[in-house]
Amino acid sequence: MSTQPVIELIDVWKSFGSQQVLKGVNLSVTEGKTTVIVGASGQGKSLIVRHILGLVKPDKGKVLFCGKEITGVSKKELMEIRMNFGVLFQNAALFDSMTVYDNVALPLRERTRKTEREIGKIVHEKLAIMDLGGNDDKYPAQLSGGMRKRVGLARALVLDPRIIFFDEPTTGLDAAKSRELYRVFYQTQARLGYTAVIVSHDVPKVLKLADYVALLHDGAIRDLLTPEEFQLSQDPVIREYVETTMGPLYSSKMEDAI
Amino acid sequence: MKKINIETGVGIFIILGLLCLAYVSVKLGDVHLFGTRQYTLKARFANISGLKEGAIVEIAGVTIGKVGKVHLNNYEALVDLFINPEVRLQEDSIASVRTQGIIGDKFVRIKPGGSEKYLKPGGEVLETESAIELEELIGKYIFEKEKQ
Amino acid sequence: MPDFLEKLGGNALYYINQTGRMGVFLFYSVISILRPPYKIFPAVRQIYVIGTLSIFVIIFTGAFTGMVLGLQGYHTLRKFGAEGLLGSAVALSLIRELGPVLAALMVTGRAGSAICAEIGIMRISEQIDALECMAIDPHKFIVAPKFIAGIISMPLLTAIFDVIGILGGYVVGVKLLGADEGAYFSSMYKDVDFQDVYMGFIKAVCFGFLIILITASKGFYVHLEKGGGFGAEGVSYTTTSAVVMASVTILLFDYFLTSVLL
Repeated sequence: MSTQPVIELIDVWKSFGSQQVLKGVNLSVTEGKTTVIVGASGQGKSLIVRHILGLVKPDKGKVLFCGKEITGVSKKELMEIRMNFGVLFQNAALFDSMTVYDNVALPLRERTRKTEREIGKIVHEKLAIMDLGGNDDKYPAQLSGGMRKRVGLARALVLDPRIIFFDEPTTGLDAAKSRELYRVFYQTQARLGYTAVIVSHDVPKVLKLADYVALLHDGAIRDLLTPEEFQLSQDPVIREYVETTMGPLYSSKMEDAI
Repeated sequence: MKKINIETGVGIFIILGLLCLAYVSVKLGDVHLFGTRQYTLKARFANISGLKEGAIVEIAGVTIGKVGKVHLNNYEALVDLFINPEVRLQEDSIASVRTQGIIGDKFVRIKPGGSEKYLKPGGEVLETESAIELEELIGKYIFEKEKQ
Repeated sequence: MPDFLEKLGGNALYYINQTGRMGVFLFYSVISILRPPYKIFPAVRQIYVIGTLSIFVIIFTGAFTGMVLGLQGYHTLRKFGAEGLLGSAVALSLIRELGPVLAALMVTGRAGSAICAEIGIMRISEQIDALECMAIDPHKFIVAPKFIAGIISMPLLTAIFDVIGILGGYVVGVKLLGADEGAYFSSMYKDVDFQDVYMGFIKAVCFGFLIILITASKGFYVHLEKGGGFGAEGVSYTTTSAVVMASVTILLFDYFLTSVLL
């Protein structure tokens, strides 16, 4: 808890048209830990991530990366900062016209001066971690949803980023597939030690991975707690969220049974 | 295999396109990329009455070149003539501005001379006849009739 | 009444914004084309999509355009006893007007719609965001090759259209209707000037540029389009409007280019 946060959002406001989506979001992400942002759909959870990535500019407030403000920097500096980020998008956002291999190799080809042989080595290594060996020449359309997510994760990891963002990693996957994805996530984080920010509403399960949980409610972060504290919180809003998503049974001592 | 296919397709397309472009511009658009380097002669006329750049230069009804730039020089029209390289003109050739039909386009007709010496590129055709203007002819005819 | 004014103002603002967006889009695209590294293969791939795959439709429409010009021209010119001018009539109409315009409309329908839909889908499936997050310039990666390919492909397609059209006019005018063969070609060689070919060429380059600018920018900003958004319906709606807008702009620019170049 004593380390400086890698990412900090200070009083971030954002509206679209007449709709005020974010109303003063404050959040800090600790290095080397997993922070999970939960909340009902349509609250702007993904929007917070898009702010951190610099894809959206806040109407008001600051986004800091290692103490440096992201919002005011030039395009070039922003690109430098983004080299620290890896992102797994909701639908994996793989390039349809490229094979699995080319998708994963793309950041290396565009952003580094490695030779094609070095690139091949790294790509195959990452694909192997994801249990995706032998799928090099397939196109994203030929893969199942779970495989696509894993390719997306391989691509996010390929530049060895410091922070990885997961935008709804398990939407569209059945229980077995999402369990498998969590397992892969758990293994890779243990091995590579990256900081993770997960946006999800897959609540009971995702809490297992979390070091910190943040609840987004009504355009603001209600609180940032450890999973245990989160489930036992006396805050009425958090309490209601916990009860509706996990059922009243979980509200007290049943968290072991998750 | 896929890359080769795309490259072959693009290759065929570009070659086909360039051939068509070459046909349209060289054959139709008179863009001379190679060969047929015409040489230039000058000619001075008192009156060219609307002879235009690009008009035909002919001998005995055969096209041998075309008219280049037209300038005004010392109150006379100085005309560049681009002549095909295989045609040589005698020093005493006569250049005259004529009209195709009564109201057709103006062109330059060259009457070959009898001299042994030929004009060099850049030289000037000294003997010229200006355009015959229809109005003047008609005027003269009426005027002479009145005198009689 | 105030309601009507509000709507009018809103629409005006929307189109001003859209024009501005296209300007910004163009600015970033041109910069990304000029900035190294230069990669050839993506552009070759786009020439394949825009150019090679359009050859068939260009040959088909070119042939029939030339044939109908031969037919119409023959019957009109015969009234004045000027069938000998058929060749120059067909060639001039094709080279100056119909070649560039019809080829551009065909390319808009075939490749322009595909470009808009492709980029639009990349936007809604977050592929463009993904590129930005990988610190890859999406203009350089997606748009620049299309611009290069469009500007290279259009003049070539237009030239193919012209030549096929002239042949089509020849087949109908000379072979079918019996105009004089020598006169067809000699009148053509005599009356077509460099100026005409130059005009057609400039038009083709401009149209190629316009097609890509309009369809690509509309796809790129599909989420900001009226009737656009982050859904499949938004992409289809935007694609339709991009094709309509590109076609209208081509005809508009055709008039202005003709009056400037003439």
